[in-house]
Amino acid sequence: MIKAVMVINTQGKPRLAKFFEYLPLEKQQELIRNVFGVLCSRPENVSNFVDAESIFGPDSRIVYKHLATLYFIFVFDSSENELAMLDLIQVLVETLDRCFKNVCELDIVFNYSKIHTILDDIICGGQVLETRSTEILRAVEEISKLEAAPNAITLIPKSASGWLSR
Amino acid sequence: MGSQGGFYQSKEFLDLVKSIGEARSKAEEDRIVLGEIDTLKRRISEPDIPKRKMKEYIIRLVYVEMLGHDASFGYIHAVKMTHDDSLLVKRTGYLAVTLFLNEDHDLIILIVNTIQKDLKSDNYLVVCAALNAVCKLINEETIPAVLPQVVELLAHPKEAVRKKAIMALHRFYQKSPSSVSHLVSNFRKRLCDNDPGVMGATLCPLFDLITIDVNSYKDLVISFVSILKQVAERRLPKAYDYHQMPAPFIQIKLLKILALLGSGDKQASENMYTVVGDIFRKCDSSSNIGNAVLYECICCVSSIYPNPKLLESAADAISRFLKSDSHNLRYMGIDALGRLIKISPEIAEQHQLAVIDCLEDPDDTLKRKTFELLYKMTKSTNVEVIVDRMIDYTISINDNHYKTEIASRCVELAEQFAPSNQWFIQTMNKVFEHAGDLVNIKVAHNLMRLIAEGFGEDDDTADSQLRSSAVDSYLHILGEPKLPSVFLQVICWVLGEYGTADGKYSASFITGKLCDVAEAYSNDETVKAYAVTALMKIYAFEIAAGRKVDMLPECQSLMEEFLASHSTDLQQRAYELQAVIGLDAHAVESIMPSDASCEDIEVDKALSFLNGYIQDSIEKGAQPYIPESERSGMLNISKFRNQDHHEASSHGLRFEAYELPKQTVQSRIPPASLASTELVPVPEPMYVSESYPTTTVSSASSDAGSTELKLRLDGVQKKWGRQTHSPATSTSSTTSQKTVNGITQVDGSNTSNSRTRETYESRKQQVEITPEKQKLAASLFGGSSKTEKKPATGHKISKSSSYMVEKSHVPKSSMEIASEKKAPIQQPPDLLDFGEPTVQSNAPSVDPFKELEGLLEPTTEVAAAKNHSSTAAATKSPDIMGLYTETPAGIHNKDDGDILSGLSNPPGTHMLGGTTRTQVAQSSKGPNLKDSLQKDALVRQMGVTPSSPNPILFKDLLG
Repeated sequence: MIKAVMVINTQGKPRLAKFFEYLPLEKQQELIRNVFGVLCSRPENVSNFVDAESIFGPDSRIVYKHLATLYFIFVFDSSENELAMLDLIQVLVETLDRCFKNVCELDIVFNYSKIHTILDDIICGGQVLETRSTEILRAVEEISKLEAAPNAITLIPKSASGWLSR
Repeated sequence: MGSQGGFYQSKEFLDLVKSIGEARSKAEEDRIVLGEIDTLKRRISEPDIPKRKMKEYIIRLVYVEMLGHDASFGYIHAVKMTHDDSLLVKRTGYLAVTLFLNEDHDLIILIVNTIQKDLKSDNYLVVCAALNAVCKLINEETIPAVLPQVVELLAHPKEAVRKKAIMALHRFYQKSPSSVSHLVSNFRKRLCDNDPGVMGATLCPLFDLITIDVNSYKDLVISFVSILKQVAERRLPKAYDYHQMPAPFIQIKLLKILALLGSGDKQASENMYTVVGDIFRKCDSSSNIGNAVLYECICCVSSIYPNPKLLESAADAISRFLKSDSHNLRYMGIDALGRLIKISPEIAEQHQLAVIDCLEDPDDTLKRKTFELLYKMTKSTNVEVIVDRMIDYTISINDNHYKTEIASRCVELAEQFAPSNQWFIQTMNKVFEHAGDLVNIKVAHNLMRLIAEGFGEDDDTADSQLRSSAVDSYLHILGEPKLPSVFLQVICWVLGEYGTADGKYSASFITGKLCDVAEAYSNDETVKAYAVTALMKIYAFEIAAGRKVDMLPECQSLMEEFLASHSTDLQQRAYELQAVIGLDAHAVESIMPSDASCEDIEVDKALSFLNGYIQDSIEKGAQPYIPESERSGMLNISKFRNQDHHEASSHGLRFEAYELPKQTVQSRIPPASLASTELVPVPEPMYVSESYPTTTVSSASSDAGSTELKLRLDGVQKKWGRQTHSPATSTSSTTSQKTVNGITQVDGSNTSNSRTRETYESRKQQVEITPEKQKLAASLFGGSSKTEKKPATGHKISKSSSYMVEKSHVPKSSMEIASEKKAPIQQPPDLLDFGEPTVQSNAPSVDPFKELEGLLEPTTEVAAAKNHSSTAAATKSPDIMGLYTETPAGIHNKDDGDILSGLSNPPGTHMLGGTTRTQVAQSSKGPNLKDSLQKDALVRQMGVTPSSPNPILFKDLLG
């Protein structure tokens, strides 16, 4: 299963951190710091995989992708396939890109809750749930529409399920 | 700007993010965040906050907490938000609680009710949000509260809800399998869901279930195969394509499941061959995801019942991975290679250069993966190079976790495959020096035991050489500034036991060094204790030898300090030392016999020395004691049965008396009894068992105890050995060359008598290989040197020179075989000739098969030896030096060819060479050693030498 998803910028500031097993706050911070320490010391043009047993305990690996100013990091165990995880990062990034049209670090910072929504659609309880970015986008857009609708903030329309599912 | 398209954010929040982003230091950032927390604390508890505003506060809290600051004051507000009627507020609330709370948090109880209600909502978005929270926040106790609703949702019209419901159930299963065990059939049902996404989601829990209990899901093999087939044939909606691959994530999950189901099950595996083969063909190896599926295919193929065609495809895929420029693919290639060599060891051969490249790659991840592969491929022939590499790497890294791991691997490999005791000690020195206190204390105990036991009593010269070389190296190392405690303990012990044994160093020199150690590491009690005991031994030996003891002044002051030490252990040792020094030579000798650490201490359980006293008492009318039946029984039991007790008790007594602090005594005994097999390559199972009955014959020599112990353990190993058939491999392929080395090493002890003797010994030793090793040897390269080649290329400097020498000799030796067979007595001189030019112990210049012939000659003696193997075993000296070097001899010429021809050389020939060797080995594994040896000899005569491999001939001969 996937243990954690992190987005850290190249200065080591966390931009997103989601742990699928509960960890105390201090532990989370420590892990984020350690992961960043490992990643920023890695040279260019090497593999996207890191052995994470010294950080996350036995049977844990890291796959990361360095895009512009951000590291996208997935932590998972041996029941997942490293290359596939790399593609899952790709799915996430592609989805963000479609969602924000040329996604950049600021989009992620300013749309904190939206990113979480997207991630919740992709991964649920540490398992990969959805990999079609169009599908994820549709779900997010439905919520955005609600946001935009003036009455959305008041009450859930009783027939919402009807029109939401078209 | 993206923020426009996002959810509502206030200017305040943007400013916060911006100022944090611009913060120059962590302190400045903290200040900003603390200010923000203050603001939020104030604002959030104000009455009548508009929902929009509240939602934003909560998001800001989440953000603050992500930066590492405590936002627990706001948790309750997040919980309140989940109760809200508005979808957006509710979602935000759920998001916040899933991030803030853990399943055992006190506030959960306030949410469960809301979750229950929301799971019944007719808005699927609300249901999804609630299910997300369920996955994260429901613990074992609260599962029953939501379980019925979640199960109902499995039939929800929306596929997104069904998927999440399955995940929630899966989560329940992970947290408390018993709570949902009656619902497992739901997963099977959902496998047939109309929606491929739901089916794909179902694979996650099924994978877990199958991992735990394969057999209950064998009936699903057909379904999984047909699903996989449909997916691979693109029968799923186009939407599931990802980078032109049809539903790759589902394919990967299915392949993982099939790998589990097909493992060791021929029938199930046969159902999978076609579809896996199809996927191999269809995979697009230019895209990342295509390679992910390919890799999963390889894993599957290497896990299910082997199929030659699929293995071939897998090997092809691996070679594509390894040849790729991408580090990721090479990483996967190395990993896949490690899986596949278990089944077809020969495929590693064609990739040696690629593997070496990976080993030298700047990418740490790749390097470690390669070490893992090497670790899996290590054998006696390549252990030196691999362990050297590992140690070099250990030195170069700072990561303690990995350092510990790789150091323990070094130790493990060295213990298993050490070509010589000397090498072992040197390697251990390096490991101790660099990995310091990271290694297990048992390793140190093993090392001491190895030095103490040495080669066995028959080979005293070699033993004392080993010990004096150990002493030399330790005295040298003592000069270095800071040594790990464990290593110092070993050093002190060895110096005490053997420091003065060879007369090279005077007692005052050694004692001076020991005092230096005790002073330099004055805050390490254990080291000091070892040092004192070592001092006592040195003085005891001096007294026993009749020399006058002059205690050095620094030693005296040290003793005074210890006599008043706060540590009772140190005090006791110091007093003991004082007492021993006061005794006369005779008494001291019986207290501290020299070089007796391996000897058994006879415990007279019958207390016979009291007989006279008892006699007296009885005569005076006392009642005689009626002995318990067990006690008399125990006395009658043959010695080897008792050995364990003897061993344990003797160690206990000895160490307690004057060596180790009490608590270490415990830990010390297990290594002694357990590790004897690991450390020194110990007697081979087959012969050992035969020798049992005769064991009693052996005199209670100093080594008898330990050897018999080993024998016992080997008896256990035998089972394993037989099952795997690996002993055969090691027997035949590793055999006889050893003799040669033994002879060359022993130097001058090679009268024909001693020669034959050594032949047995060597044979036995070669045969005596730990089960792991046998397994490796058999499963990796069938005793051939595939890995050895790597060393050759990788370590040109160190090795190639010796190889050259060998090379030049090999032709000669092979030509001589015929003549030698007739006149085996001439062998010794020949062997010596060969042995001398190659000074290195690990450069076996002699053709292994010569020894085989040598073995054939003294058939009667072999038989006799079998009968008396107990004696032989007891006396046998594990001369490991030569043991392992033989295999290379055969292989080196091959290696040279490989290296010269380089990459372009088609791997086929090597592979054949490797396999034929294995076949030879296996054919000779039969019970009759002589027969198999003759067969080998015949094969040799046919001209099928390793230098000119003629695999087809081999195959014909051996069927």
